Amino acid sequence: MSAPMNDPERESRLIQRRVSVALVVVFLMASVLIARAVYLQHFQHEKFSARSDANRIQLEPLAPTRGLIYDRKGRLLAENIPSHSLAIVPERVPDLDATLTRLSEIIDIDEDDLESFERRRKSYRRPFEPVALKTRLSDDDIAKLWVNAPFLQGVEVRAELSRSYPYGQMFYHTLGYVGRINERDQERIANAERNADYVGTDFIGKIGIERVYEDELLGKPGYQQVETNAHGRIIKVLGETAPIPGKSLELFLDTDIQKAAYDAMQDRRGAVVAIEVETGGILSMLSMPTVDPNLFVAGIPASIFNPLRDSLDRPFTDRAARGAYPPASTLKPFIGLAGVAVGATTWERTINDPGFYQIPGEERRWRDWTWATRRDGHGSRVDLADAVIESCDVYYYDLAFKMKLENMHSYLDAFGFGQTTAVDVFSPVDGINPTRAWKEETRGLPWFPGDSINLGIGQGYITATPLQLAVATTVLARRGSWVAPRLAKSIDGVPTPSEIDMPDIEGLTERDWDLMFKAMEDVVYGAKGTARAAGFGMTYKMAGKTGTAQVISRLTGTEGLDPEEREERQKSHALFIAFAPVEDPKVAVAVIVENGESGGRAAAPVAKAVFDAYLAGEERASE
Amino acid sequence: MHQSDFSRQLNDRLSGAPVVRQRLIKVDWLLMFLIAMLCGYGLFILYSASGQSFFHVSRQAVRMAVGFAGILVLAQFDPRTYKRWGWLGYIAGVVLLAMVPFMGISVNGSQRWIELAGFRFQPSEIMKLGTPLMIAAFLTRKELPPSFMNIFGALVLVAIPTLLIQQQPDLGTSLLIAASGIFVIYLAGMSWWLIAGFAGLAAAAMPIMWLFVMREYQKQRVLTLFNPESDPLGSGWNIIQSMTAIGSGGLDGKGYMLGTQSQLDFLPESRTDFIFAVLAEELGLTGVVILMILYLLIVLRGFYIAVHGRDSFGRLLAGALTLTFFIYVFVNIGMVSGILPVVGVPLPMVSYGGTAMVTLMLGFGLMMSVSNHR
Repeated sequence: MSAPMNDPERESRLIQRRVSVALVVVFLMASVLIARAVYLQHFQHEKFSARSDANRIQLEPLAPTRGLIYDRKGRLLAENIPSHSLAIVPERVPDLDATLTRLSEIIDIDEDDLESFERRRKSYRRPFEPVALKTRLSDDDIAKLWVNAPFLQGVEVRAELSRSYPYGQMFYHTLGYVGRINERDQERIANAERNADYVGTDFIGKIGIERVYEDELLGKPGYQQVETNAHGRIIKVLGETAPIPGKSLELFLDTDIQKAAYDAMQDRRGAVVAIEVETGGILSMLSMPTVDPNLFVAGIPASIFNPLRDSLDRPFTDRAARGAYPPASTLKPFIGLAGVAVGATTWERTINDPGFYQIPGEERRWRDWTWATRRDGHGSRVDLADAVIESCDVYYYDLAFKMKLENMHSYLDAFGFGQTTAVDVFSPVDGINPTRAWKEETRGLPWFPGDSINLGIGQGYITATPLQLAVATTVLARRGSWVAPRLAKSIDGVPTPSEIDMPDIEGLTERDWDLMFKAMEDVVYGAKGTARAAGFGMTYKMAGKTGTAQVISRLTGTEGLDPEEREERQKSHALFIAFAPVEDPKVAVAVIVENGESGGRAAAPVAKAVFDAYLAGEERASE
Repeated sequence: MHQSDFSRQLNDRLSGAPVVRQRLIKVDWLLMFLIAMLCGYGLFILYSASGQSFFHVSRQAVRMAVGFAGILVLAQFDPRTYKRWGWLGYIAGVVLLAMVPFMGISVNGSQRWIELAGFRFQPSEIMKLGTPLMIAAFLTRKELPPSFMNIFGALVLVAIPTLLIQQQPDLGTSLLIAASGIFVIYLAGMSWWLIAGFAGLAAAAMPIMWLFVMREYQKQRVLTLFNPESDPLGSGWNIIQSMTAIGSGGLDGKGYMLGTQSQLDFLPESRTDFIFAVLAEELGLTGVVILMILYLLIVLRGFYIAVHGRDSFGRLLAGALTLTFFIYVFVNIGMVSGILPVVGVPLPMVSYGGTAMVTLMLGFGLMMSVSNHR
């Protein structure tokens, strides 16, 4: 190929034309870029400004401090203590599994921690929000984590306030506890108006006072307007609304009395409720056995929880408010007063007690409780006082038959049986104050005269909780006038109301009350009193009534027990109601000792311990 | 003045007379001034984008100094030297590219780097200059406009490095290198019919590219462009954040070093590929327009040099390099402002990073050589 001659002029013009076209294209493309910038920066400016602010400005909720709970003498029952928790920001962890493995080599992390961590991680959260793995780190844990920090990217140790119950298991059922908000709580909050108040709060009252007064204790969260960077780290605080701490509660509960009851119960199952007669304030409310509420705050490990849950002793059950027992003979003072009020008996009327009772015209013998030991009954001239002092069943069989169900029911109702009268006790049961309709409905059977006879001695269909017995005893000690039974004395210093929508007991004279007080005093001090063992060595006088409830029970779960243990659990429950001092009642008490057999021997000393503690406290206060 | 310089030099040469006023070094002062302005503007933005990092700014300044030295050196040689020896660069680049799959170093899943005599570099950088040099030399062997066969030959020469780089994979760079070669062919006078034909062919090839050539992550980037909200925390994040930065900057910006998107790390790659968003956020539309004016002035000067080149080789080279330079600008800003898919192309003279910038400056050196030898 011969080398062609280039025509420089022609080529130059060609390239010049091409460059000109290119220049036009370049200007067009530059215009596109400028147009784009104008579009974004002018026409879409507001949208992107808002988006940029949303990026950098966050509302960080500031959790309020939960309200403190004090007993009536100002001792802290629930407080907030600083603690450290371990949290992970999954977005910043290169390999989550490796990090978790590494962490479990450094500190003790169990299956439960991991399980709840997984659950929290998968539920909704903002990106870069830390997920709690373990709470209440020990100093040792913190030190170990600190040393290993360089190898633990995305792992944080955070300081927070955690709930603490200094008296531990003494107040478990009554005070309750807070725990991490779970799905069920979530539903509860979602229905509540105050769901917005739970931002930034991980804990909620689960049972007891913590649950009942949740709204007061919670407080209102504050907000911090903060500028954060892309990693969620706070760069500066732009503004702040301080959180409003929860209200503090002062309870009627008295740690000294609670401790006295706790100590007196020793390791027995049962319940104690003590109420201040003047105010209706619940001074002590104990259910045994009990559990340390502090375990739940950090998240109770399955290794501790499962044995407790499966235990025959059912430590989680609040026997004081939810244990429905036959009140047995502790019902006699109330039935007796009802009998007098409706005119079915008088204090002067006597009966002959051959040791059993027969409904007129019927063969069946209703035996007195003494039948097992002696066959002669309580004598030929038993009056109402004797029937209370000696707990004469035959007198009450007769009285019940005469009174009829309706009279008994309405007076028991007036004393608060079969319903909830306590204002702020968590989830109490109503017990059963039976009626004809009730039996028809639940058993499909008519009410038989024999049912009335059983009811007369607190057996059969009637059940009551220790709380109800204590309330009824309080009303008795107040000579029939009602006061609201409640745990909270004041909320942030504002006293709680003591009114209650219950009519006072009608149809009884001062003499009737005096005589019943006297009869109940003689239960403890009389020669034939069923609780005379408890009366020794007292500087004051108490009035009481024993009861022995047979365990007809469904002893399910006891099949595997050895015969001795099985026999132990079939023993009767011992009950005792009392108030003291007789001449000026201050405290009313109900005690039940499961399988305690004798109200006088097992339950009455517990009541005495409660009175001693209360009166000792009063003396100290007056000195 | 230029004309007189030119004729004087021509006369000197023709007459064989001694050069009377031989300047020590030859410089296109206007181009130099514009580049320096752009570099200064770049450093100014980098200082903010790097979080007031003196380290980054001084390092970048040193690289710029190296680049300026490169410009001055390359500007002294006659374009004929490049026409004669340019193919060497092209061949060396192709050989090195061919070696990448065997001895390349993998970074982030692509093999782009190679290490020679202790130096780590991307052979594709050589091709950014090597390709237009080669094509310009190849086409100017013959009369312009080139024959169909020559165009075909040139396209083959373009295709070789393009495909090799596409394999790394580095779609962005391969397309830009293809563009730099094609610009030469276009400037050389490839007929409009052929251009239309190839454009149609390219359009037809798009689905094939999509199905057989493009990798999954490349497709994802294209999809993200059309709907960034589809994956706001994943591949859409970059583009959402950069558009937010640009848009929130408004007409006069949030103020120097006060861009919340950039300073609070919401903007990814704010020092490098996405630095335009920092500028747009902090200096607003004003800053954007200033930048565009600087770029366009450089383009104008480049085209002026191209038009006034002494021979067709110089003209093609200067014109193609100028267009390539502008394509970098367009692709980068287009990507950052959300009208082009995300490809790893830095903003010329502003993005932090040495290799690409030095290559660009060497390109200016070639343009200046054309400018100096009219």
